[in-house]
This record gives sequence, C-alpha cells and structure tokens, in this order.
Amino acid sequence: MDKILGTINGMDFTIGDSLLELSYLIAALLFVYGLKLLSHPATARRGNLWAAGGMGLAMITTLLLHKNAEGQGISHTNIWIILAFIGIGSIIGWIVARKVKMTAMPQLVSLFNASGGAASMLVSLLEYPNAIAGDINSILVTILGLVIGSIAFSGSMIAYGKLDGKVGDIMKPFMTYLNLFLLLLTIALSVYIIISPNPPTDLIWAIYALMVLSLVYGVMFVMPIGGADMPVVISLLNALTGIAAAMAGFIYGNQAMILGGILVGAAGMILTMLMCKAMNRSLLNVIIGSFGGGGAVGIAHEQGTIKEIQLSDAAVLLSYSQKVVIIPGYGLAVAQAQHIVHELDSLLESKGVDVKYAIHPVAGRMPGHMNVLLAEADVPYEQLVEMDAINPDMPNVDVAIVIGANDVVNPAAYDDPSSPIYGMPIIDAHFAKNIIIMKRGMGKGYAGIENYLFFNDKTRMLFGDAKSSIQKLVNEIKSM
Amino acid sequence: MEQALTFFFEYKEAIFIIALSVFVGIEVISNVPAVLHTPLMSGANAISGVIIVGGIILVGHADLTTFSLNLVLGILALVFGTLNVVGGFAVTDRMLEMFKKKKK
Repeated sequence: MDKILGTINGMDFTIGDSLLELSYLIAALLFVYGLKLLSHPATARRGNLWAAGGMGLAMITTLLLHKNAEGQGISHTNIWIILAFIGIGSIIGWIVARKVKMTAMPQLVSLFNASGGAASMLVSLLEYPNAIAGDINSILVTILGLVIGSIAFSGSMIAYGKLDGKVGDIMKPFMTYLNLFLLLLTIALSVYIIISPNPPTDLIWAIYALMVLSLVYGVMFVMPIGGADMPVVISLLNALTGIAAAMAGFIYGNQAMILGGILVGAAGMILTMLMCKAMNRSLLNVIIGSFGGGGAVGIAHEQGTIKEIQLSDAAVLLSYSQKVVIIPGYGLAVAQAQHIVHELDSLLESKGVDVKYAIHPVAGRMPGHMNVLLAEADVPYEQLVEMDAINPDMPNVDVAIVIGANDVVNPAAYDDPSSPIYGMPIIDAHFAKNIIIMKRGMGKGYAGIENYLFFNDKTRMLFGDAKSSIQKLVNEIKSM
Repeated sequence: MEQALTFFFEYKEAIFIIALSVFVGIEVISNVPAVLHTPLMSGANAISGVIIVGGIILVGHADLTTFSLNLVLGILALVFGTLNVVGGFAVTDRMLEMFKKKKK
C-alpha cells in the first residue's frame, strides 16, 4: 500500500491514501442510503444495517490505512489496543441495547447520545494543543467541537435523568437570564481563545475552563425544560452531537466524519421541527420552557364530579359497542399492559366490535414510541390509526378507552388559553359517546396540568393499575 | 464583503460539502411517517457515533509507552464512541425487528 501514486501540493500520496478516501466516500453514501431506507417502514431495518456497514467500513479502513501528518501509519501495538477497547465498548453497548426494556428506550437513546457527545468533546479537547496558533479556522472547528460536544453530553445526561425519573424539573424565573449569561460567557471565552495570538499550548487552562463552562451550560439548558418536552430536547441534542462530530471531522479533514455529522445534524434538526409541529409549539418556546412549572396557576373552570364505573358495567358497555377506540399513553407502557390490551382488543373483535388504537404523535416518551411498544405486543399495524386520521371519526365512536394517557386527550388544549398545552393538537376523546379512563389515581399528567376530560359527563373512571384492571376486564367479558 | 468572499473561496469545498449534506439530510427524512420517528432518531444517533473514527485516529497515533492523562482521555473517547455506534445500531435494529415480526 506504500506505492506512491503521485504528488499533490507537494505531498506524496499512496494507494493506501486513495483507498482510505474512497472508503470514506462509500461510507458517507451508505449513511445517506441507510437514512433514506430508515424513513420507510418496509425497508427501515435494512437501512439501519447499511448505515452500520458504512460505519464498520470507515472504522476498519481508518485503522489499517490512516497516516498522521508525518506519513506514519497506525502501529500494530496501537491497533491491538484500539481493538481491545472497541471490543469492550461493543460488548457493553450490545448488552445494554439488547437487555433494556422497550419502555426505557428514550432514556437509552439519550444515554447513547451523551456518550457520542462525550467522545466529540474529548477528541476536540485532546486535538486542541495540535492546532496551529493564528490559524483561526483550525482553532474555530476545535472550539466548536468541544463546546457543542460538551453541551450535547451534559444535556443528554440530564435528559436521561429526567426520563428515568432521577432528575426533577427545576424552573426558576431567573434561570432564563442565568442561562443567557452562561451562554454569553461561553461565547466570550471561545472568541478569546480563537483570536488569541498565543500558541494553543499556552491556553490549556482556557480550554479546560471552556469545557467546564460548556458542561455547566448543557446542564442548565436542559434543567428547566419540562419532562413532556424531553423528546424534542433529545432530538435537538442528537442534532448537536452530529454537528460536534462534523466539527471534529474538520480537525482531521476527515470526509466520513464531516458528511456523517452534518447529515445527522440536518436530519436531527428537521426531526426536532417535526416534533415541535406535532405539539404546536415553536422550538424557542420549548427551550425557554413555559411547561414544567405549569399547573400552579389556578384556572376558573367547572370541576364537576368524578364518576367511577364498575368492571361489570364496563364489560357490558364494551361488548355491546360497535366502535371502540383505545387511546394508549405512557402509563400503559409503564404498567407493561400492552400485551393484555392486545388480548382485550382481540376478545372484543371476536365479538364483532371494531377496535382501533388512536396514536397521538407524541404518545409515550418519544414520537413513534407507542408504535414500537404496541408492535412489541403484536398489535397489527392496520389497527394503529394516527391522530389526524381518527379525529374526524370520533363522534361515531361508542367508547373511547384512555389508558394511562392524560395530556394528549386534555380538551384544555382547545378552550383554555391559560393552559400550558393550549394549542397542542389532541385526540378528540371528548367527542366519543362514552369515555372510560383507566388511571392509577387522580394524579396529573406528565406536563403537570389538570385534565377536564375527567369531569366530563360522559366520562367514567376506572382506577387501578392498568395491567390488572384490563386483566379483570378481560375476565369479566369472557365470563359474560 | 471582500473578506467574506475570500473566506468563501478559500473554504469552498467545505462549504459545498456542508450545504449539500444539509440538503440531503433534510430531503432524505422529511417525509418520514411518525411511526418511524423513534427508530429514525435512534439510527441517526448511531450515525453521529462516526466520531469514533476520530477516536481511532487519536489513539492510533498516540504514544502508548508513557502513561498520561491524555492517553486515558483518548481511550475514553474511543470507548464512548464505540458505545454510541454499537449500542445505537443494535437498539435501532431491535426496535425495527418488532415492526417486522408482526407483518407476518
């Protein structure tokens, strides 16, 4: 591989160098092709494998063919050390990915995103001393990689903590200003490092200070954002990790990293926008965070009374319905009730009842999360209907069963301008002829706000753990 | 203005790559159904693990004979990158496996 093919700009290049760049081109194309296939249900799994193949190719050729500025390849000792640590990382990653419960999926994606951000942060940090003093561009990309990687890392860790219930929402009015101040400080220090005429080796203190500052900003940035907005935040942080990787790619002039990173950055931003649109909010609104603290404001609204329903009544009601719509929420996933729900719908279908699932775009903890959970329980694809498709049909529905969902059926989104979810599209459960709500207790939803659907005249509550309630309901219907 | 034009000319390749990749990234996923949002986010997340290539370059050319903080941090970057790549692709595959199963 050492045969010199020619000289460009005074630098010799060999067959190996050309093959390396060629493999990066193929890897980048595989990333694009993989993402393309990933966005269609029938081809998604293949797309994921293609992208993984591209990644494997880029890794192997880098290991075998990469040369440093002095033209030295990676020595055998280093190759074995690298393979050993990649092996360790792979085993941990594989086991975690295989073992994790489907309900914990959003946390895990957040955690993996954090580790990607951390890798970008460390690579930029360690490459900084090699940047050339006065070469603003090489320093700029290093600083950007460090700052963005650090924010993605600490922000994703907080997002993980929030989704896992380990970190609560802390929202104080002064935090917006504090965050703005931190952001300005981070930018100021970055600019100082970039324009400083001193060689990078004299500014090591500043680069570590910048890293710490960015990490703190990442924490403070996610901290005030309410739990219900975490999907948007994870998607945004995912885009940031991509951009950080691309910046690190510029440090090495590595096309696979640049292309892969920018691709994820762009795709992540679009996905973030799509999610914001699903909640009828702007990204700025999410970041400044009007959620989370809500609920404290008392709204003058008819409270009415809560009416419970007996299991036997519910069983009769369901069995003699023509059209039943199940509206699942995260509570269903937490109770691991997706399998028993499927049993309920099969039972009703066998009695000639038409059963559909109404899926809100942000049901669960991430868009599409509910589809994954129901797919796990073998619910046929045709029975899952998206919000926009089912809403016009809601007045014809005999019974809407809301299982562990709250905010996505809260009519306050339509008629209460003071509600934090005002304007968010919801599933129109309140138009159904009867509404059964299965809930653990009278707690508030994830967004922490009151739900007036519970006080609706057509609403009957069925309190208790979703899984055991549905099990009892199934038994009741069977014994009829 | 002159400076901006000079900058553009000097880095035209990088700017072309960025502009086109952004467009491709947007175009490729803009019609994705909501069902696939989670797997897509997870798959894109795995691709952002491409930073592992940087980790390989970093540790590949590191001096392994002397122990230093930088070496430890470099190896950490490598392990974190691997976690992102392997975990990311594995978990995406697991999600999509479920979609496939029920089609039969």
